[in-house]
Amino acid sequence: MSIRIYPSGDTAIVIEFGNQIDRALSDRVLKAAVVIQAAGLSGVIETVPTFRSLMVHYDPLTVSASDLEARMRPLIETGDDNAVDGRKWFLPVCYEADKSPDLDDVAKRAGITTEEVVHMHSDHTYHVYMTGFLPGYPYMGDVPDVLCFPRREIPRVRVPKGAVAIATTLTAVYTIESPGGWHLIGSTPVQLFDYTAPQPAILAAGDQVVFTPISLSEFDAIEANVASGAYTLDYKAIES
Amino acid sequence: MTEGLKILLPGVHTTVQDFGRFGYQGLGVPVSGALDTESLRLANGLVGNPPDMAGLEILHHGPELEVLADSVRVAVGGFGASLNVLGDDAATIPAWQSTKLRKGQTFRITVAGTVLCCYLAVESGFDLEPCLGSLSTYTRAGFGGYRGRILRAGDNIPIKVTDVEDRDDLYLSSAPQYSPQAPIRVTWGLQQDYFTDASLKRFVSEPFTIHADADRMGFRIFGPSLEHQNDYDIVSDGIATGAIQVPGNGHPIVLLSDHQTTGGYPKIATVISADLPALGRRKPGNEIRFAVIEVEQAEDIRRDREASLQNIEKRMEPVPNSPQIDLQQLYKANLISGVVKDEVD
Repeated sequence: MSIRIYPSGDTAIVIEFGNQIDRALSDRVLKAAVVIQAAGLSGVIETVPTFRSLMVHYDPLTVSASDLEARMRPLIETGDDNAVDGRKWFLPVCYEADKSPDLDDVAKRAGITTEEVVHMHSDHTYHVYMTGFLPGYPYMGDVPDVLCFPRREIPRVRVPKGAVAIATTLTAVYTIESPGGWHLIGSTPVQLFDYTAPQPAILAAGDQVVFTPISLSEFDAIEANVASGAYTLDYKAIES
Repeated sequence: MTEGLKILLPGVHTTVQDFGRFGYQGLGVPVSGALDTESLRLANGLVGNPPDMAGLEILHHGPELEVLADSVRVAVGGFGASLNVLGDDAATIPAWQSTKLRKGQTFRITVAGTVLCCYLAVESGFDLEPCLGSLSTYTRAGFGGYRGRILRAGDNIPIKVTDVEDRDDLYLSSAPQYSPQAPIRVTWGLQQDYFTDASLKRFVSEPFTIHADADRMGFRIFGPSLEHQNDYDIVSDGIATGAIQVPGNGHPIVLLSDHQTTGGYPKIATVISADLPALGRRKPGNEIRFAVIEVEQAEDIRRDREASLQNIEKRMEPVPNSPQIDLQQLYKANLISGVVKDEVD
């Protein structure tokens, strides 16, 4: 699919690379984000990468949509040479019964044991496609086919902070308490969004995530360290 | 903590808002900020603040406050709104005028019955810690503004300068205009091709009503049901403030300041930036009509709007000597002539 560039009102332009959830597409979106941010174009306020497109928010009193499009188009066409600096994170997740209200149900629907669900979910490296829905809420994929189910028919009114969830081909972490329709199969004690931190969201689009199973007692220990500010999440730089 | 304004009665939904939190949408953090940035901006100008300084956004029904600081200078921005000084010095100060209040005075903010919001600007601004570069309150995640929440009785909102100088108070000699019946202008997109031609026609030709289920995230609007010609689930993409998305039930949602940064429903149109303040003034029960224009027109309209706001700001003049009487008369005269033209000052 060729690139489509079109306006959303007079304050945003969308650069659309396709219409599906796809790793190659995501890489093009993230590379476009890097090149447009680096260019420091007059009037550009910020960029929002999604699965399939990049939204560029701008100030219409500084630049017109047509001028901005003309400046962005050559950048995007050469943007594929740019590397995206990502990090690979190892996120501790407790899958034990207290922390995983939908694990049994997911195992039944998949026709496998809960242990197999945990193994399949954690023995995998996920790509962070985008953040959205909630501050810092990471949409990660792709979940192994056996674990792909539609969202719950009736969403929960209250999903606790830290809940690790799956739906469709994706997995995510609820960064704050919120209503939610995904299947809750675990919980992380790590705070993925902290508005008092200079970098408020730990996970960014383009990062990779591996879930590390932990016990309930390990969960409690990490949670206490997070609360006292003594916890740092491990990561490695991704070789690009 | 410095003394400021104490909330005696909180009103329905009173929060601290500035022009919004930019630079974090890529991390899923909404912009937030005032629904009607023009009214906040003009109120700020009257008390000598930068246009985007945080003030109180007051929705539906106003709060009652007490001055705890030695003195404050305040101004209300909002169509048909006023500041009512209570007690022995009872007086009504109309919107678009600054006034100095002393320690111990109590006052109420009155929101016009036909308008959703008004703003209280305070000279020097609130002495609060910005969160991610902004004082806007984002209640859903509980951060920004005053403790990340709507104001409650007993809150003391600290003010930077707690004793203001004597100087002439100012009013807008050329008050802004607002036409509650004027159509809200939009451009098509991002996914207008997801709707039947008949639905696109109905969208621009028939009126909608703002449903009671409305908040700072968005207005649900009911009118002609809009039919998707394809799927109504799309792969999530970005959302601009003013985007109008249509879920499977066919009833659009107009997205406002606290909207999520991304979303997976087809978006039929986007409200132009010049009309966002007017959109933010509409309240549940109000009728709303849309008119579609091109982006280039939207850009022209926005530049014109900015020029006219700057003109209004240039015409801030000292309040005449017997301000309560003269201005009340002037204000009433304006209001009456305005109603005839279907406009409210």
